Amino acid sequence: MPSFPRILLGLFCLLVAILLLAPTLVVIPMSFNENKSLAFPPVGFSWQWYENFFSNPDWTTSFVNSLIVATIVAVLATVLGTLAAFGVTRAAARTGGLLRALLITPMVVPGVVLAIGIYAVYLDAHLVGTVTGFVLAHTMLAIPFVLIAVQASLEVFDRRLETAAASLGAGRLTVFRTVTLPLILPGLLSGALFAFITSFDEVIVALFITSPYLKTLPVQIYASITRDADPTVAAVGTLLFLATSLIIIAGLLIGMRRGRT
Amino acid sequence: MHDPKAATGAAIDISKACKRYGRFTALKDIDLHIRPGEFMTLLGPSGSGKTTTLNLIAGFTDITSGTLEIGGKSVTGLPSHKRNIGVVFQHYALFPHMTVGKNVAYPLTLRGLKGEERDRRVRRALDMVKMADFAHRYPSELSGGQQQRVALARALVFDPPLLLMDEPLGALDKKLREWLQLEIKRIHRELGTTFVYVTHDQEEALVLSDRIAVFNGGRIEQIGTGRELYDRPATLFVGRFIGESTVLRGKTQVCGDQTVMTLGEETITANARLAGGAQPVMLVRPERAVLKRPGAEVLAGENRLTGNVVEAIYLGSGSKYEVRLADGTTAIVRSPLGAADFAIGDAAEVAFASQDIILLPDDASADVTLT
Repeated sequence: MPSFPRILLGLFCLLVAILLLAPTLVVIPMSFNENKSLAFPPVGFSWQWYENFFSNPDWTTSFVNSLIVATIVAVLATVLGTLAAFGVTRAAARTGGLLRALLITPMVVPGVVLAIGIYAVYLDAHLVGTVTGFVLAHTMLAIPFVLIAVQASLEVFDRRLETAAASLGAGRLTVFRTVTLPLILPGLLSGALFAFITSFDEVIVALFITSPYLKTLPVQIYASITRDADPTVAAVGTLLFLATSLIIIAGLLIGMRRGRT
Repeated sequence: MHDPKAATGAAIDISKACKRYGRFTALKDIDLHIRPGEFMTLLGPSGSGKTTTLNLIAGFTDITSGTLEIGGKSVTGLPSHKRNIGVVFQHYALFPHMTVGKNVAYPLTLRGLKGEERDRRVRRALDMVKMADFAHRYPSELSGGQQQRVALARALVFDPPLLLMDEPLGALDKKLREWLQLEIKRIHRELGTTFVYVTHDQEEALVLSDRIAVFNGGRIEQIGTGRELYDRPATLFVGRFIGESTVLRGKTQVCGDQTVMTLGEETITANARLAGGAQPVMLVRPERAVLKRPGAEVLAGENRLTGNVVEAIYLGSGSKYEVRLADGTTAIVRSPLGAADFAIGDAAEVAFASQDIILLPDDASADVTLT
């Protein structure tokens, strides 16, 4: 029989969990609404909003656009952010600290301020509504996440292993490929995942640099919800929720298996 | 790896080598010549330059001036991965993401070996360090001693003519250290590779080495066999660093071939004199001294100093005494099994023969560096 404080603690945890999860979970029943409204609780049951998502080109193209942009951003930001992390970690302490502060600014500066600046430059450079424009802006926003994740792995990485590898006959590139990279890979992968998500759900800058010819998913969601309160938004939300849950569960399972060996 | 041709050791010739880091001079004019197949230990306190010398040979850092030749060829400017030298580190430095087998195969893979030949050599190297059953384990599943044996196998598997070891047993407990010392000695005998070993532990240096180079303050004080360093130290620093000793300081006078030192009301006579005008100190090794009861008969050529026993330690193989002499100096005496027993507080006389006194020029820095 658990003691009273333990029951109280359990109840409190439950409350926090509900508070954290409820806004997400509410979306799921709404996506099966029979009426064309975002009302809660929903009425009836239907798959029509899922059908709409997969058949309406507005939704499918914006979804594909987001996937393309986020994938390129993830690759670019991971490469650049990793290089930056090496520089920051291995430069003299003071230079490194200064560089790091500078590289992290996109995370600290309010999104709207950045968006206005980017928009002004893009108008002149004809980058509004282009994949290049989206990729450049989102890469800049994503680099700090990669930098932080990779730097954390580099700080626990034992550089003496590089010295040892060199003594065994490995040149610098071989050392990186066979020793350094495999050991910082977890940090690098989580950085890449953060970069992907940063781009995939970025809405503020995207609203400024979008055009009728190139919309990303968050822009489409925002447009749809301001124009006609369409429950397709709820269907998209549910799909994304499922996708992220699967990724996180997979990540946890891999982590648990690694922890065992 | 047991092919005698491939396993011939390389000579190392270091001449007038200096190493400066900014304004700090880590090495001053080092001359060190290591013979092929020799086991050379670089011994000294921390910061004496022994590890810097090892790093120069390994190519982890470059000399500021002077020359460094390995196997008769200058290696200045040659990066470490092209020097073909095995290195064993104090902290093992095994790759945690590879199994023991993969770790040992790593230098072979880099040299283009694969398949059956590579497996065979990995197995041999692991056999040599008695770790063959652990090929599929990860380093994190091994004890410190096991990891260091794997590191040794990895550093030797590609038949380097030279193996460098930087305090490889420093992180291990005493029993394991003693056992691994003998293993390292055996492997050195089997391979004929030149071994250069860095340690601050003088006992370890005596157990392992053909010759020892004693470092102090960025210089080499003396190079010689353990016996030479112990019996005929060239400087007070070497005398105090290798083994224990009683150091006597007093007014000295040269009489013919002898040197007489006055300590309070007592005098001692050494059968030697120092060349030049340096102020001499006298060194007596603990096992050269005998502890006697006051009033015992004085033998010919024997010196006596009176004092009180302040520490008596039973060692099993004998006893060790510390005696506070009249002038405040602490004398150390090692008595063999069966010698008379003394207790703390006993009055005693420390006796030693004139020819057993080591006469050295005084050097105040030798005292400071040791603490």
